[in-house]
Amino acid sequence: MMISAEQINYSIGHKNILNNISIQFLPGRCNLIIGPNGSGKSTLIKLLSGELDNYDGRIMYNSSDIKTFTKLKLAASRAVLSQQTELGFPMTVEEVVMLGRNPHFEFNPSKKDIEIVKEVIALLDLNSFIDRNYQTLSGGEKQRVHYARVLAQIWESPKGEQRYLFLDEPLNNLDIYYQELFLSIAVSLLNETTTLIGVVHDINIALRYADQLSFLKEGAIIKNGAPEKIVDAILIKEVFNVDTQIIAHPATGKPIVLF
Amino acid sequence: MRLNNKIFFIVLIIILLLVLIAAIALGAVQILPSEMMSALMHWFKGEQSNSIYENVFLQLRLPRVLLCAITGAILAVSGVLMQGLFRNPVVEPGLIGTSAGAAFGASIVFSLSPFMSPLFKTVLGPFLVPVFAFMGGLAATYLVYSLAKNNKRVSILPLLLVGMAINAIGLSGVGLMTYIARDPQARSITFWNLGTFSGASWFQVLVTGMVALVCIYISFRQAKKLNVLLLGEQEAGYLGVEVNKLKTGILIVNTAMVSVATAFVGVIAFMGLIVPHVLRLLIGSDNRKLIPASIIMGALLLTLADMGARLLLAPAEMPIGIITSIIGAPLYIFLLKKYHFNQNHL
Repeated sequence: MMISAEQINYSIGHKNILNNISIQFLPGRCNLIIGPNGSGKSTLIKLLSGELDNYDGRIMYNSSDIKTFTKLKLAASRAVLSQQTELGFPMTVEEVVMLGRNPHFEFNPSKKDIEIVKEVIALLDLNSFIDRNYQTLSGGEKQRVHYARVLAQIWESPKGEQRYLFLDEPLNNLDIYYQELFLSIAVSLLNETTTLIGVVHDINIALRYADQLSFLKEGAIIKNGAPEKIVDAILIKEVFNVDTQIIAHPATGKPIVLF
Repeated sequence: MRLNNKIFFIVLIIILLLVLIAAIALGAVQILPSEMMSALMHWFKGEQSNSIYENVFLQLRLPRVLLCAITGAILAVSGVLMQGLFRNPVVEPGLIGTSAGAAFGASIVFSLSPFMSPLFKTVLGPFLVPVFAFMGGLAATYLVYSLAKNNKRVSILPLLLVGMAINAIGLSGVGLMTYIARDPQARSITFWNLGTFSGASWFQVLVTGMVALVCIYISFRQAKKLNVLLLGEQEAGYLGVEVNKLKTGILIVNTAMVSVATAFVGVIAFMGLIVPHVLRLLIGSDNRKLIPASIIMGALLLTLADMGARLLLAPAEMPIGIITSIIGAPLYIFLLKKYHFNQNHL
């Protein structure tokens, strides 16, 4: 039960974006990916989530190749929070969140869809925004709306069925309260049928939440594993080219990188 | 502010019915509702009527008003579809080449049909004009779309600029066709440029009505997917929409209905801009409501415009495109200014 990438190569024109990537992501754990700008993190998310399919190698969801799923089938159990999403026309916050239920109803939403939308809206403190025009919201508020939409998409976890949540730099535009809220919600969803894969920018947030942390540089995975086992100043220097010191968090004992 | 949907639809339908009756009644010859009734009774029983009023009603006024209402619905729904597809409120069939291409295709038939093989003409029969219009509309739309596309993305500025160029080509083609036409029946360039319903016939009502019914129904079935597309193509894909399939399908049904309408009544600009804009302000952007509302309001507004075209300069008649442009062009400028002039990423 996992997502696994086997010898993935991906290039645009003659430029190699991802080089020979093999990695596995287990359910029930917080899998985070980190790396410098342009290291291929977002591309990797797009491949793993099925958005791009012109790569070499194989991506497996459990025992099935991702290419065997239809878009609709995949969408029923896999949701992706992208870095930036803009709307062409005015819509209310509630309408935008309801778009997340698209894979689950034929033409008009059912009672259950409406309930789920209400639930995720409350979860992200959006109750007072329900009837607001999405286009008038701030960057952080928009991001919360999309998180609610993405959560609504895979909210119910049918017995025994797997669900997959991808977060591509979800914390942009968020203050620290909502950064915490975003990740703690994601972590609270985790169980043996829920797989989480996220890209984050902030090394200390990654160290704090990740069960498995993957360091990506120039399209290749440099190191992969539990943060406290793999992270040291040499690795940070190698990946980000920055001199740092690493100390232990006084309460949790987890590593913290000081710049 | 959003209106109560049920009340909104009921009011809109009532206004539409009143406008339709007024449009049938008013004109060079006034027709009373009692005459309309008796004409319908005669027609229903298969009797011939000698009353000039009844004949004007049955042979001229009724098909004209119906064709006008259907065309209005087509153009308005087309505006909704194209704006949804390109995620932009300044797109409509008159601006991205569809109408001009269709007009060119149809005008070819009128001018060059003496040179076409009789077999070809027999096979297509009365559908010769609509079929040519469809091919012209499809070619023009596809050309604009593919020329404006850059890296899988369609930006609005290239779209409108290329649309302008293709429009110019289409309308010069129409000009050439009307110039070389030998057939005294061939339609004038004014007809194609500005549109008119003065030649409406029952055959046209039937063909346009049927095409509209099928195409609008198909589009309406896609309304939920079109809503998801408002998030952009990548997000729509993540939400399970086969974006390319959806886009191709919508472009084809949209081109089909706009082309057939254009073949019979010429290019009527800006209807596809006005109706969706007003409706989005009133009931929001949900395509499941927007498409049905556009059918009614499109029919309503174009029928009013046609009444204006017939009555304002009576007994003379002016092309309907003059009226739609007087209202639509300022709105177009307003939308451009509101949505684009202050953005760097045109």
